[in-house]
Amino acid sequence: MTPEERFQALIDAEEKIEPTDWMPEGYRSTLIRQIAQHAHSEVIGMQPEGNWITRAPSLHRKAILMAKVQDEAGHGLYLYSAAETLGVRRDELQELLHQGKHKYSSIFNYPTLSWADIGTIGWLVDGAAITNQVMLTRCSYGPYARAMVRICKEESFHQRQGYEIMMRLCEGTPEQKAMAQDALNRWWWPSLMMFGPHDTDSTHTEQSMEWKIKRVSNDELRQQFVDMTVPQAEYLGLTIPDPELRWNPERGHYDFGEIDWDEFWRVVKGFGPMNRDRLAHKVNAWEEGAWVREAAAAHAAKKAARAA
Amino acid sequence: MSLVGTLLAHADDNMVLAQRLGEWISKAPELEIDIALANIGLDHLGVARALYTRAAELEGAGRTEDDFAMLRDEREFTNLLLVEQPNGDFAHTIVRQFLFDAYQLLLWEDLAANAEDETLKGVAAKAIKEARYHHRFSSGWMIRLGDGTEESHRRVQAALDQLWRFTDEMFEDGSTAGYRAEWERGVIEVVAEASLEMPTDPYQRTGGRKGLHTEHLGRLLAEMQWLARSHPGATW
Repeated sequence: MTPEERFQALIDAEEKIEPTDWMPEGYRSTLIRQIAQHAHSEVIGMQPEGNWITRAPSLHRKAILMAKVQDEAGHGLYLYSAAETLGVRRDELQELLHQGKHKYSSIFNYPTLSWADIGTIGWLVDGAAITNQVMLTRCSYGPYARAMVRICKEESFHQRQGYEIMMRLCEGTPEQKAMAQDALNRWWWPSLMMFGPHDTDSTHTEQSMEWKIKRVSNDELRQQFVDMTVPQAEYLGLTIPDPELRWNPERGHYDFGEIDWDEFWRVVKGFGPMNRDRLAHKVNAWEEGAWVREAAAAHAAKKAARAA
Repeated sequence: MSLVGTLLAHADDNMVLAQRLGEWISKAPELEIDIALANIGLDHLGVARALYTRAAELEGAGRTEDDFAMLRDEREFTNLLLVEQPNGDFAHTIVRQFLFDAYQLLLWEDLAANAEDETLKGVAAKAIKEARYHHRFSSGWMIRLGDGTEESHRRVQAALDQLWRFTDEMFEDGSTAGYRAEWERGVIEVVAEASLEMPTDPYQRTGGRKGLHTEHLGRLLAEMQWLARSHPGATW
């Protein structure tokens, strides 16, 4: 058997690939791209939610939101560590993000305009993320799969707290309910876009499925998400902004309208409402902190010199 | 000060500092520091909530933690001026935290042993473990910044000089005056290890415990309270 055949045989036997195992260059680079993109998304995702920490309407909500955003920073850390097992450094990946050469989830290129957006992000965005990530706990690359097990546990807590915010708003005053509906109207379609292009237009799907990096296709995941979410919206008494949405008894699934793919590609290419702001905020924080990192390095060097 | 007054003063210190630390999120120099600042902020928020809740119980007027945090005006907040000072650069945040941590360590030790109110005693016993971690973090950074580069040394010295005027206030109350000497010993030790100079500015500013604040608190509260106040009676 060639190394390539041995590798594929391991995957076909549902064995995990570990950092020291031989792997094709394409497998390594696909994983680096995907794990880094995922890590960047966790870190950039701190911004839209962080936007409401200082304005959370109660101390209970403030504490939960701070803890949630802190979890996201933690997810960013383990994902960068998972990527490092493939032979890249966190600062290199971060530099690629800062230069605009790496992407992060487009969903974070939309602004959070009301408190209900915090509920909606938990409910829909974390809900969509979990739909994707549960599949990734079975990914063929061991360190990524294991990181995802832990992340999924925390994400499901995030999703529940988001839904709980929505329940409170929907059983609250008419203004609160209107806030919830407005947030759903703005976040519904971007959430469906989180699953990526149609399977027929997805450039990475086929190879990733063969390598078991990805195990369920974009369109199947999107359908799962819609099927799970529609009853939740009904329970809240909110209307999903899609006139074509209806139950299809023959398929046993909800039919739904077509995503605005022009908008999808526009945001991916950097022209969404918040792309510039998110990246500028990230780069700015990094540059402003340079003197702190330099100080820590200088102090460590002095200490080491004194100890020698 | 009445017990309710004391509880509210300590709660306000922790509330206002938690709010300031919350402003750092997504802006820290490293992901690990972002996590640490959020963590410290969450600890302070937890202490504030426990103390507000106890104050509400003792007051017996049906108020909640949120009524204290969201519905009182600037003049009713009795936090120390130190904690309401803006984050500034990372050096300012660290110096503010360090000066306050060194004080809270002594405060919680005292209250965990001697508070008459059992709830306050319990809060202090838990808070002391957190305060030890906060103090380790802030004094570690005092030393790294002081004994780091020329720039970090300059920045942390400037922050120390600038915030020094808010330190006497921590000890002006009869119940905390006794911490002063030990607090100063601890501060001098870290300042020396950081190769910094102790400030010599004799000017001190006070008033926080009487609700006489710097201009920064009003803006902090405006942001913190706006949403809760725009929907009177709503629950979240």
